Amino acid sequence: MSQAGPYNETVMDHFMNPRNMGEIPNADGVGEVGNPSCGDMMRLFLKIEDGYIKDVKFQTFGCGAAIASSSMLTEILKGKSLAEAKTVTNASISDALNGLPPAKIHCSIMAEEAIQKALEDYEKRHGKG
Amino acid sequence: MSRTIYMDHMSTTPCDPRVVEAMQPYFTQEFGNPSSHLYGLGNRALAAVDAARAEVARLVEAEPEQVVFTSGATEANNLAVIGLAREAMAQSGRKRVLISNVEHYSVLNAANALIRQGFYVEVLPVDHEGLIRPETLKKALNGDTALVSVVHASGEIGTIEPVAELAALAHQAGALFHTDATQTTGLIEVKLNAWGLDAVTLSAHNFYGPKGAGALILGKHLRPEPISFGGWQEGGLRSGTENVPAIVGMGAAAKLLREEREERARHMQNLGERLWQGLAQSVRFIRQTGHPTQRLPGHVSFWVEHVEGESLVLFLAAKGVCASSGSACASNFKAKDEHELVASHVLAAVGVPTDICAGSVCLTLGTGNTDDDVDVVLREFPAIVERLLSMSPSYADLLKNQGAKR
Repeated sequence: MSQAGPYNETVMDHFMNPRNMGEIPNADGVGEVGNPSCGDMMRLFLKIEDGYIKDVKFQTFGCGAAIASSSMLTEILKGKSLAEAKTVTNASISDALNGLPPAKIHCSIMAEEAIQKALEDYEKRHGKG
Repeated sequence: MSRTIYMDHMSTTPCDPRVVEAMQPYFTQEFGNPSSHLYGLGNRALAAVDAARAEVARLVEAEPEQVVFTSGATEANNLAVIGLAREAMAQSGRKRVLISNVEHYSVLNAANALIRQGFYVEVLPVDHEGLIRPETLKKALNGDTALVSVVHASGEIGTIEPVAELAALAHQAGALFHTDATQTTGLIEVKLNAWGLDAVTLSAHNFYGPKGAGALILGKHLRPEPISFGGWQEGGLRSGTENVPAIVGMGAAAKLLREEREERARHMQNLGERLWQGLAQSVRFIRQTGHPTQRLPGHVSFWVEHVEGESLVLFLAAKGVCASSGSACASNFKAKDEHELVASHVLAAVGVPTDICAGSVCLTLGTGNTDDDVDVVLREFPAIVERLLSMSPSYADLLKNQGAKR
């Protein structure tokens, strides 16, 4: 079956039914990237216990691909160790979404930057290790 | 799957079945080439093109010999802007071209092409409601101005420009005046000779005719320099064998439009007003783009703060509603990378802030839309906005700031 629109079914599912949307009050790490003038902004909240990502939520202003990338990122991150989380790349996000249109790859790059920034923020607050 | 509710009539309109019927014989039976008119088959094709020419001329109150059929609005706009400017330069040495900042790309990029040929192009700003003010044009005109081209109404914001007044100003300075009436002809009157226009662009598929046919209607005795070259078709201004079925379709669509325009416009005006009033009352952070009253009937355009346009349009699509957005994200789906994505220059022109112009939506109604269609949008859209607000970081910040103030 051909696509009904510009995105594949997985992307549309994560766009229409985003997972882990919202905010974690008193999060242990927050990563904010993008700016609305490029049409995209993403904020990622991490709750970390014993070196593992216990909970993760996002807020995103952006297109279908930006919202789907955020949602998929949170699914990938849940339960991961901090070391594992550091290895998440834009390719792992877009692969998990079964691919994004070329013009929308930057949305998955933004998601990668969000997790890196959130981890940096956590380390700054809690010290490395 | 929900039924399709088409509200993107500035993009294209469906071909009227009566138009398709008129076109039908010209594919298989009456397939002659109008240039081969020494026998019946070719002669009948020539007669059919000329009958269509008469209908298109009547639509804008011009004479048949003023009509140049083209492949569509883009070609007509190119011929007007480049052809008229070059002709004026050849005759009088004038080399300035004025356009507005809400033009279609086929005017904007044609003007840009003229810069390489030694012309100076000045882009006139519209006001925040999308209008070119006569004094703005007056100040920009001088004895070197060859051509002024201002769109009759941009499909993105629907503001109707005072083209008759602008044409008179251009003429006072000795310049020619062209208007792109692609988005207006189907909805409001366009009078070429009475309004003193030197050239008007029309597009058949924007008034329930087929794609692949358009026209440039030229002022009497006005001849632009050709921009493509070949045989004598269309007086040498658009050489190449005529697209007879599409031209016949354009003529049929023009006739129906002339007979039904008032009724169509009334229908769209009523629906459009209901749609906008309903949205304005039920959707938070919504702002209209374009002029509040001097706008196309059935044209509803707005932006929503804190949410992004492509997302709004995708959710509408999931409910069966076809709409458009001027957001960068939605701009070019075949783009090779994000650098090819640009937010609408038209929305920027009316002062929609670039950090928010992402949230723009354009709902443009047509003859087939009903009150039920409007009800569906009014039922679904507020919830779509609330859903996107709930995941918007800038809306979350707004709530926090409000909380802090209390």
